[in-house]
Amino acid sequence: MILTTPAKLALRVVALVYLAVLLAFPILTILWRTFAPGLDVFWASIRTPAAISALNLSLLIVAIVVPLNVVFGVVTALVLVRGRFPGRRLLSGVVDLPFAVSPIVVGVALIMLWGSQGWFGGLETLGIRVIFSVPGMVIATIFVTLPFVVREVEPVLREIGTEQEQAATTLGASGWQTFSRITLPAIRWGLTYGIVLTVARALGEFGAVIMVSSGFPGVSQTLTLLVHSRYIDDHNTYGAYAAATLLMMIAIVTLLLMTLLDRKRPAAHFAPTPARSHS
Amino acid sequence: MIRVTHAHKAYGTFAALDDVSLDIPSGSLTALLGPSGSGKSTLLRAIAGLEHLDEGAVLIAGEDVTHLPPQKRGIGFVFQHYAAFKHMTVRDNVAFGLVIRKRPKSEINRRVDELLEVVGLAGFQHRYPAQLSGGQRQRMALARALAVDPQVLLLDEPFGALDAKVRDDLRRWLRRLHDEVHVTTVLVTHDQEEALDVADRIAVLNAGRIEQVGSPEELYENPANPFVMSFLGSVSRLGDTLARPHDLRLERDASRAHAEADASGVPVTEAEVDRLVRLGFEVRVELRQPEADESFFAQLTRDEAADLDLRVGDTVWVRPTRTLAGTGDVPALAG
Repeated sequence: MILTTPAKLALRVVALVYLAVLLAFPILTILWRTFAPGLDVFWASIRTPAAISALNLSLLIVAIVVPLNVVFGVVTALVLVRGRFPGRRLLSGVVDLPFAVSPIVVGVALIMLWGSQGWFGGLETLGIRVIFSVPGMVIATIFVTLPFVVREVEPVLREIGTEQEQAATTLGASGWQTFSRITLPAIRWGLTYGIVLTVARALGEFGAVIMVSSGFPGVSQTLTLLVHSRYIDDHNTYGAYAAATLLMMIAIVTLLLMTLLDRKRPAAHFAPTPARSHS
Repeated sequence: MIRVTHAHKAYGTFAALDDVSLDIPSGSLTALLGPSGSGKSTLLRAIAGLEHLDEGAVLIAGEDVTHLPPQKRGIGFVFQHYAAFKHMTVRDNVAFGLVIRKRPKSEINRRVDELLEVVGLAGFQHRYPAQLSGGQRQRMALARALAVDPQVLLLDEPFGALDAKVRDDLRRWLRRLHDEVHVTTVLVTHDQEEALDVADRIAVLNAGRIEQVGSPEELYENPANPFVMSFLGSVSRLGDTLARPHDLRLERDASRAHAEADASGVPVTEAEVDRLVRLGFEVRVELRQPEADESFFAQLTRDEAADLDLRVGDTVWVRPTRTLAGTGDVPALAG
């Protein structure tokens, strides 16, 4: 499509205004509200016992969820791309389920499954508490973040094909050597992006997690839940802003770290597939 | 030596290999030649262990490797699309097989330097595959396959993705390399010119079966059947006989043509000149049999064409000096 210069300018303005109003303004407002009273006020607000506990819990959930999603996400992507079996399309659809199901429904479903009246409720009599405890929050977070790694790795796997792996095999590499030396480096870019999305979503998940959390400050609140409770329950508007800023900072640090790690290696030499956005 | 016996392979109802047996002598450069879908790549991949045979056996140097994985077959494999390890430098690509084998560093360095020299990539060792041309990538892939000292080198349409000029150079280079290294080499190709140019033995495959095996001369001069004949070069069809266009003699004088024909026992055909195409040293005479309305062509040298002084619309008598019967299963050779 060929556009005249005024038309190009108009399109640019529309896109920029749209981004500014919907993305930049709200974030800038929070940042301004957070840092306007001074850094020491912000520091104090994120050093309360409830905030430290929330930060720790959020990071713990990320630390459990990310490795699990990486392992099972890559395996699932391999099965979806390489496997030839009936039901492959169904499996592919199931992977997308978390995009389709409202997180709050996920929470309800988990309570019905793992709660004391649920199918696996028997665990509670053995002293293993899932719902209203950390395991439940982890399971809920896995549920909502499951598609990210799969969906980012899948197109990369499809694109690289199997020839490089076959070549490695003819050169004597075992299955594991082929995976770790050929497949993994080839999908690293997609995997990195999947991890970033997983971390962001795990930190920010609200609906599914609030259903299965007991919500006690300092015990079972994630940072996101803390933002909510400070704002709604405590009417501590400033505290909510400060916690929100902390959340954003963690997400940005994650993004920067992953980008830096990726730069260090020669991955830049082959063109990454374009990123696809998800809900 | 590589020996394949009674190999069968089916994909669903499609028989990729239908009772194929083939011996490939040590030190030879054998081409598996055939159209797409003829089973030539399947056969090569079965020798490599990248494909499992439904029935039959593969022996390399006397050892039955039918049930061995590719890692244990002592092979080097080169793919049509290079299969370069994109995240590794040229050097790391070539060293891969040696690193996997945990050879000492000094030995790896020496061997890789040597191979990069052989394939002419010494100055490119720190580049990534994306920074190389297609021909360079394929030479890198060859060095990588040769690094592990394979008993057999298997090449799957190695020049198929390259430009005509690069393909020619690389083909000649491969022939020289083979004369130096002497590793038993099997090359899959659908290009008869490539097979004739580079191989010392050719196996022609068609529809999952081997049609004929022999030296390039044997196959070109004495094709076992019309398929082999037409696959290995141009063919002119005169009624139900087949002949090479350069084996056709044209006569303006009917009586002389008939006299020659009676002496040799090969019939002459009356034809009309449709078109004359001068291609450098040769002249292509496009001919038509008026009664059968069949078109074919003859290749003459410039001098022969000048002697005949042909014009479009002239009537000539065509006498093949060598023919292959075009119908029936039994090959009948004359001439």
